[in-house]
Amino acid sequence: MTPLLKLQNFKLRYGAVQAVRGIDIEIRKGEIVALLGANGAGKSSTMKGIAGLEPVAEGRVLFDGRDITDLPPEEIPSAGLTLSPEGRRVFGTLTVADNLRMGAYTITDKAAIETALRRVFDLFPILEERQGQYAGTLSGGQQQMLAIGRALMCNPRLLLLDEPSLGLAPLIVEQVFALISTLRDQGVTILLVEQNVAGALAIADRAYLMASGRIIREGSAAEMRSAGAMADSYLGGH
Amino acid sequence: MDLILQQTVNAIALGGTYALLALGLAVVFSIMGLINFAHGELMTIAGYVLMYCGLAGVPFVIGAPLAVIAAMLAAVAMERIAFRPVRNSSGATMLVTSFAVAMILQVLFQNLISARSQAVVIPDFLGQSIVIGGLVIGVNKLFAIVATLVMLVLLETFMSRQKHGIAMRAAAEDFAIARLMGIRANTVISAAFALSGLLAGVAAVLWVSQRASVDPLMGFTPVLKAFIAAILGGLGSLRGAVAGGFVLGFVEVFLAAFLPAEWQEFREPIGLSLVVLMLVVRPNGLIPAATLQAQKV
Ligand SMILES: Nc1ncnc2c1ncn2[C@@H]1O[C@H](COP(=O)(O)OP(=O)(O)O)[C@@H](O)[C@H]1O
Ligand SMILES: [Mg+2]
Repeated sequence: MTPLLKLQNFKLRYGAVQAVRGIDIEIRKGEIVALLGANGAGKSSTMKGIAGLEPVAEGRVLFDGRDITDLPPEEIPSAGLTLSPEGRRVFGTLTVADNLRMGAYTITDKAAIETALRRVFDLFPILEERQGQYAGTLSGGQQQMLAIGRALMCNPRLLLLDEPSLGLAPLIVEQVFALISTLRDQGVTILLVEQNVAGALAIADRAYLMASGRIIREGSAAEMRSAGAMADSYLGGH
Repeated sequence: MDLILQQTVNAIALGGTYALLALGLAVVFSIMGLINFAHGELMTIAGYVLMYCGLAGVPFVIGAPLAVIAAMLAAVAMERIAFRPVRNSSGATMLVTSFAVAMILQVLFQNLISARSQAVVIPDFLGQSIVIGGLVIGVNKLFAIVATLVMLVLLETFMSRQKHGIAMRAAAEDFAIARLMGIRANTVISAAFALSGLLAGVAAVLWVSQRASVDPLMGFTPVLKAFIAAILGGLGSLRGAVAGGFVLGFVEVFLAAFLPAEWQEFREPIGLSLVVLMLVVRPNGLIPAATLQAQKV
């Protein structure tokens, strides 16, 4: 079976800064794959490169067998994947409902948009309650839900989530992780970047560990959970 | 009292024109961080179209929309030819590009049309006045106020209800993320320029209706004022641009009407000092753009 997403010798740089130094990643349909690593490891750069927000310096990104390496970001949603970016980045001056509608920008069928909206509201009832409110007035947790909901509005087959638990209260973090499992059960494949290693490994099927722009370990979530496996990279040695 | 009401009408008419121009600048700035100094030349182009329509005997009701369409097309062409190649450059590069575009167009007007001011045929009814509740109001002032209101309502509806208007606001707030939603950068930027051309075109029709003439530098002064208005309102903020335009209109008209005669020659500096004072109190403008606030958090 072809993997849903495949990175081959993927490199990304910012001028002289080598953020990602040639990594290979495979995600199969229906999986939750965690991409872990300390701050500055190159996780967000990987996500941005996949989504077209930063140019890929070398290597290839294949989505369902199609080469999407050089697609601009605006072509990404119709290809079937979306990124919920680091730091949420909801449109604060737009209402909750308008944020969600922007997520469905590429969908022209009104009924399909309403169906997607219904699904997001069922996942996040709070967003339905607050739909007329400006997104900038939501709490951090609600903004995170909005960012995920917005990414779901175009019915992606692959959802890229960059640090969805960042800056959230522990109770909300639990909710977010539970929701990610629910999404997988609904058939969405997920690439999850997290610094909350325990939380991510609890729901992931497999994980990659990044340090200094390279993959330094990969395996099933169970293997990665085993004691000590992760500690080194977070303490800086590897 | 009557004098105050009278001047209020004048201030709304003038402020409305500034507001339209400032809005045009703000729409483009909010999307791509460009202060388009060639905005005034869009006005001038519309002015010349009105002039040629008058010479060709085309009635004003047809000439005016043609002038507006010309300004829109010119704005879109300006973006394609001059600004797209420098889109991702620094603000300074884009600013210099816009100066260059303005100067090239001014030279073209001077050489291809005339360096001198040209008369524009304005329909008689615009020169007349009507009496409303004891106030004598020029039809051209009334026309300016109504046109401004119509434009503001249309723009507000577009920006708050239409999918593409909402997408423009999204792009203004976070361009990268807007693209991630599938909103095309080229489309949004072209649309922003078309909108700014529309606003400049309408402002030009109002401006020329008051003066009945057009010259190669016609756009310079009103757009400089609009630039001040946009800064006063909060650069990049659409509501701010409208507020700034009206405040500036009121300051100018009321100073002209009520400043003692011996002070009149200092009218402009006094007006600008008032603007600076307002900016000292509110450095980010009257209604700052959301993105500016967001950056501070
Ligand atoms: N826009 C940028 N310009 C220059 N360097 C950057 C930029 N973004 C990230 N970097 C650098 O690239 C490296 C990887 O960053 P990032 O992908 O954000 O890491 P992570 O998400 O794993 O914390 C870091 O060294 C970071 O400083
Ligand atoms: Mg990151």
